[in-house]
Amino acid sequence: MVAGYGATTILNSTTIEVHEAALTTVIGPNGAGKSTLFKAIFGMLPIREGKILLEGQDITHLKPLALLEKGMAYVPQGRNIFPQLSVEHNLEFGGISLKNLQETRVRMEKVYEQFPILKARAKKQAGTLSGGEQKMLEIGRAMLLEPKLLLIDEPSIGLSPILVQQTFDLLLALRDRGVSILMIEQNAKKALGISDYGIVLQQGRLAMAGTAQGILNHPEIGHLFLGGVVKV
Amino acid sequence: MSSKLNSTIQGQQLVKTETLKSFDYLTWGLAIALIIGLILAPLWLKNYGLILLCTWAFRTVAVQGLNLTMGYAGQVSLAQAAFMGVGAYTSTLLILKAGVNYWLALIIALLISLLIGFLIGFPALRIKEGHYLAFVTLGFANLIWLVLRNEQWLTNGPLGIRDIPRPSIFGYSLFEPIRFYYFSLIMLALVTLVVWFILRSPWGRAFKALRDNPARSESLGLSQTTYTLLAFAIGSAFAGVAGVMQAGLVEFIDPDSFVLWRGLLLVMMLVVGGSGSLIGPFIGAAIVTLLPEWLRFTGEYYLVIFGLGVIIVMRYFPKGLAGLLPFVKKRFFTREVQS
Amino acid sequence: MQLQFFVQLLVSGIATGAIYALMAVGFALLWQTSGTINFAQGEFIMVSSFIILWLMGLLHIGLVPAFFLAMFISMFIFGFLFKRILVDPLLKYGDVPLIIATIGLGMIIRELTRIFWGANALPFPSLVKNKILIFGGLRVGTADLVTIAVAIVIIAALQLFLNKTFVGRSMEATAQNQDVARILGINVDRMILYTFLINAFLVTSAALLVTPKLLAKFSSGETFGLIAFMAAIIGGFNQVRGALIGGFLIGIIDNLAKFYLARVHLPFTDITLNLSPYALAIPLLLLIGVILFKPEGIFGRKEERSI
Repeated sequence: MVAGYGATTILNSTTIEVHEAALTTVIGPNGAGKSTLFKAIFGMLPIREGKILLEGQDITHLKPLALLEKGMAYVPQGRNIFPQLSVEHNLEFGGISLKNLQETRVRMEKVYEQFPILKARAKKQAGTLSGGEQKMLEIGRAMLLEPKLLLIDEPSIGLSPILVQQTFDLLLALRDRGVSILMIEQNAKKALGISDYGIVLQQGRLAMAGTAQGILNHPEIGHLFLGGVVKV
Repeated sequence: MSSKLNSTIQGQQLVKTETLKSFDYLTWGLAIALIIGLILAPLWLKNYGLILLCTWAFRTVAVQGLNLTMGYAGQVSLAQAAFMGVGAYTSTLLILKAGVNYWLALIIALLISLLIGFLIGFPALRIKEGHYLAFVTLGFANLIWLVLRNEQWLTNGPLGIRDIPRPSIFGYSLFEPIRFYYFSLIMLALVTLVVWFILRSPWGRAFKALRDNPARSESLGLSQTTYTLLAFAIGSAFAGVAGVMQAGLVEFIDPDSFVLWRGLLLVMMLVVGGSGSLIGPFIGAAIVTLLPEWLRFTGEYYLVIFGLGVIIVMRYFPKGLAGLLPFVKKRFFTREVQS
Repeated sequence: MQLQFFVQLLVSGIATGAIYALMAVGFALLWQTSGTINFAQGEFIMVSSFIILWLMGLLHIGLVPAFFLAMFISMFIFGFLFKRILVDPLLKYGDVPLIIATIGLGMIIRELTRIFWGANALPFPSLVKNKILIFGGLRVGTADLVTIAVAIVIIAALQLFLNKTFVGRSMEATAQNQDVARILGINVDRMILYTFLINAFLVTSAALLVTPKLLAKFSSGETFGLIAFMAAIIGGFNQVRGALIGGFLIGIIDNLAKFYLARVHLPFTDITLNLSPYALAIPLLLLIGVILFKPEGIFGRKEERSI
């Protein structure tokens, strides 16, 4: 796949594979093109060359709405809520691709079961939630669709260690229910520790891919995060 | 033959190009021809033509000031006409009511515009995000207009002030159109030289660095706020000078000559000519001054046509007409070099 | 007596403010959802009143049907075409080229209006004949009451639409964070189009209510645009509520200032000054003060942007 912003190419001839019902973590130094990869997959950036397949179907160039319908969801980096809308109304937007408000409401109840704190705060403005609660809202909103594939970009950013652990536990629980997860994490060691597979990106190219354990144990990997170059 | 070597990446290939020297000859030739033409203009222009050229000159001075604020510092000022009003009224009142010498009045008008520029710019430019300078200058332009209209004891209100004197130097009156024309031309040349000097100084380079890469220049230790404020204050002072020139030319000033939309017109002149370019203001002011002459058959439609022109320029050449120059240079005066 | 008079001024101030709110809300909506700072807003309002007058004369219809027809015309030209022809192609160059293009558009509209309808102010019919009602010593004009009622119905309908319907909330979401809205599958481009249509509707409504008072004149767009601008910035342009309150505030200040500034007695002297021509200066100073001390607006929020 080749993608980028305007005239600059960020991603270059990168091929990656996401395993079904597994947690795959993408790591790499800043500017390696991790977030760009996600944006390209999710139809937010033009893809110049290459293809994206989901269960054998070509989903390249699809718009976010079509991707949601195909069972993909994306939680980008940072704050992704609408601070001046209520928690309930934020959550509701998770179901746009269902095109069925009744069904959305039913599924919202399921999300509330999983995150009782969101139910308690349902009528509050989302901007009043704490950082961890906001992340839960974002993940809950993505889960509303019961996606097959979840893209999640740096879920741990700005969260306390306990909340990071909670978020990771949540992702593991999702994986156990059969959701394929592709995650970007800055905290590579911890993320690879809980992941099944790992992907290392470097300067927009795939540097390494394999089981998470294999990457963790790779002698060059520490090097990479000290600014070295991995020879594969 | 070759003067400048440039390397650009086209596709995946490094392409070396050179600018033909003929381009430099041509631009310099044109510039010199234009200057000589302006100096000799009174030979074939009647009074009316000279007045048009004087109008063009004071507008160019004002737009050059705006160019410092908008073209180089990247902030929008909507009060350029209001600053012209400050300059025009300050000098006129000093001359007529206080009997101050014309040249001293000119300098005081310049300094007052500069000072007000600092006073307004300082609070507005503390906030880097957004267009707060545009908002504050919008307010200021209206406030100035209110004061000019309502302080009748001082400004004679909406009726304006008549019989504004033109300057004389060492007893040599500059009243006649031809003399006033040379006075305007010299003022224009001085302001252009100042702009030229500013842009070539470390300061000007800082402006350009700020415009092209704010984040990096900030890390180099340039204070964006300080440079933007200086650009705005100096730009406003130029407007003050332009106001003095206008008052002398028209021999009449009133509040409506400096109302908000006149300031908007100056902004449009700049962007049509080409903001961030040295010659942009000359082109933009020339278009607005000459358009009604060229388009006589269109009569009152000329502002409509100019408005359409503004939209078309924004849509197809966001860098203004001066932005076509690099294009011409690349298209006709550049060739590839085998490396 | 003093108090009664104050209340009377307040009521007519609220009527003026309700119209100003209509002018400002659409302006703020465009700004929020699409980043368009529309310098032609005032001219949209000004020319809408001429369109209403023109339709009344052309089709020999009354004010109300002419208003509804004008509303559709306005939605098509100042909503749909404005977005498609001017805003969409320019937005990618950043906001300054778009600001300048709307300044150019405003000038085109003003000049065309002057050419077609002349420079003189034209009378404009009002919805009801103004009668003075007296409530326990309070003198209130029916025109003001109707203006307040119509404006409040429109504003309430808009608020209900934005908060209580899914499409309305999708528009608010688009205004608050466009990227996230897109990721969730909201049709962002359509939501932006809706804000342009709503703005066009509000502009025509404001024209209907304001013109009986101020007459139809080619140059009044500048004032209207300024008011929309001041209301949005004073109130807080990143919120519809901010622009709304800003509009009312300016209307009330305007009315009170015109009266109370007419006889300003300087303390310790016998001098009384008429400062009422400076009534406009108060919101202008307020504007500058807000930018100085609370740039997000009195009722606005600091923008918190995700990375």
